[in-house]
Amino acid sequence: MNNLTAAQRVKLARTPGRPGTLDFVNALFTDIFVCKGDRLGREDPSIFGAIARFHGKPVTVLGHRKGRTFEENMKCNFGMPSPEGYRKAQRLMKQAEKFGRPIITFVDTPGAYPGLEAEAGGQGEAIASSLALMSALTVPVISVVIGEGGSGGALALAVGNRVLMLENAVYSVLSPEGFASILWKDASRADEAAGIMKLTARDLYQLGVVDQVIPEPEGGAHTDAKAVFEAVNQALTRHLNQLNKEKDLAAHRYQKFRAMGAVREEVEP
Amino acid sequence: MQPLFRSRRDRLDRLRRQREEAVEAASKRESIPQSGTQTCPNCNTECTNAQLVQTDYVCPNCGYHLPIGAYLRLSLLLDPFTFRELWAGLTAPNALDFPGYESKLVAQREKTALSDAAVVAVGKLDGRQAVFVVLDSRFFMGSMGVAVGEKVTRGVEYAKKHRLPLVIFSASGGARMQEGILSLMQMAKTSAAIEQFSRSGGLYISVFTHPTTGGVTASFASLGDITLAEPGALIGFAGPRVIQQTIGQELPEGFQRAEYLEEHGFVDQIVPRSQMRETLSQLLSLHRKGVFHR
Repeated sequence: MNNLTAAQRVKLARTPGRPGTLDFVNALFTDIFVCKGDRLGREDPSIFGAIARFHGKPVTVLGHRKGRTFEENMKCNFGMPSPEGYRKAQRLMKQAEKFGRPIITFVDTPGAYPGLEAEAGGQGEAIASSLALMSALTVPVISVVIGEGGSGGALALAVGNRVLMLENAVYSVLSPEGFASILWKDASRADEAAGIMKLTARDLYQLGVVDQVIPEPEGGAHTDAKAVFEAVNQALTRHLNQLNKEKDLAAHRYQKFRAMGAVREEVEP
Repeated sequence: MQPLFRSRRDRLDRLRRQREEAVEAASKRESIPQSGTQTCPNCNTECTNAQLVQTDYVCPNCGYHLPIGAYLRLSLLLDPFTFRELWAGLTAPNALDFPGYESKLVAQREKTALSDAAVVAVGKLDGRQAVFVVLDSRFFMGSMGVAVGEKVTRGVEYAKKHRLPLVIFSASGGARMQEGILSLMQMAKTSAAIEQFSRSGGLYISVFTHPTTGGVTASFASLGDITLAEPGALIGFAGPRVIQQTIGQELPEGFQRAEYLEEHGFVDQIVPRSQMRETLSQLLSLHRKGVFHR
């Protein structure tokens, strides 16, 4: 799989049969109790939330949800959350912190929904307050980018002590289409954009944005989902064990994101 | 003890020199041409620059708030001779080796005399010391890359360390595309810093100016204890063009304007430029009995 281009990986990350959040949840957790609603007036199905057991211990699970069929996709808005989805996630994160449960998130979204109601409902504020809240959680947080990690809508579930990424998943500031359209006013140059955006798991590992790349079988995650579930299972177990030894998880997370991006300074006179 | 005093005195001298140079440089950078005219983008009225200087760049005909640079903004707010810029020369490398980015940065620096799109300063407003961070939309549309993210974060951390109130003026097209994922990470970095500042009891006043969109709206700009906006400022997460493509119909009149956000509960007050200093002074004074009393 080493010789795939970035554009080919973008396509693999979007393959309809690729395992999504629900597949990972069903494969890796037991005793799943689904939690719905933001307690402010809406349930957004594009973000999945549940309490469940991971190897016997309670955890809170969150993830972007895409549909398998057109109807399912309509229902969960093709994995594009509205502010209400992020506010539900915030509610469940606070709850996890209250009860000392680790949080595991699965990231798979083209981005937060860019629509009229979403703007009226404060999409920007919802993402911002998710980032702020997540950054300071006192419980372990592990995020796994399993498909598309699109922009702020992805990051709002990915401020983890560990950020893991499947080999063919992508994670970027904007979709390659959006990127090409902003920079060159031509969305059809998306493949070219993907090539320079540094959005593959390996690129992001090298940039220090991702802590571990989880290998996929030849042909992509959908060709042998079981193997992928097992690899994610092992990675989650290992990182969770490491994080349980960490004394101050909020400080650890702060330092991790504080260090993102090197700067140059003029020497003081 | 002699050497200690000498080194202290030298340091003070150096600081004073820096301060004076910074003030001088700042005023030079935004020396405004008094001759000539500008057309108001809103009502197409021809305004003379002399007029606009008088009105702080608000159209005398329709009240449209023209975007202004960071140093001009600070000069409208701060008490004379209290301005001290922090980390003025801070920049970020082309970490993603994005083709052509370096030469674009050089061109932006030449055009604006800024090192990047944010200016951090400590200064007094009506006698009250505060940290000010101002984004400048002339530089790469005020977009947030690593340099902007780092300056904002350092400003917030400085305010926390010195127990000062924090005022941030946002104006941004969002994330800096050329710095890709590292730009995205600045959203988490700046939001985390604001959260720590907030938990320590610090007062943060966020002011949206025209236009603020994308990653800046979806991070520190939306996390103020108090949120203000200039009249007519475009404020949103997704840009109007993207939303129009998504929903496939015309956007309603006034959509994503400051007044729309106020109506939907995301802005405490809309404050015209002419009243900004007074309003900030009032807010700083209302919070002075808190932990951050000076």
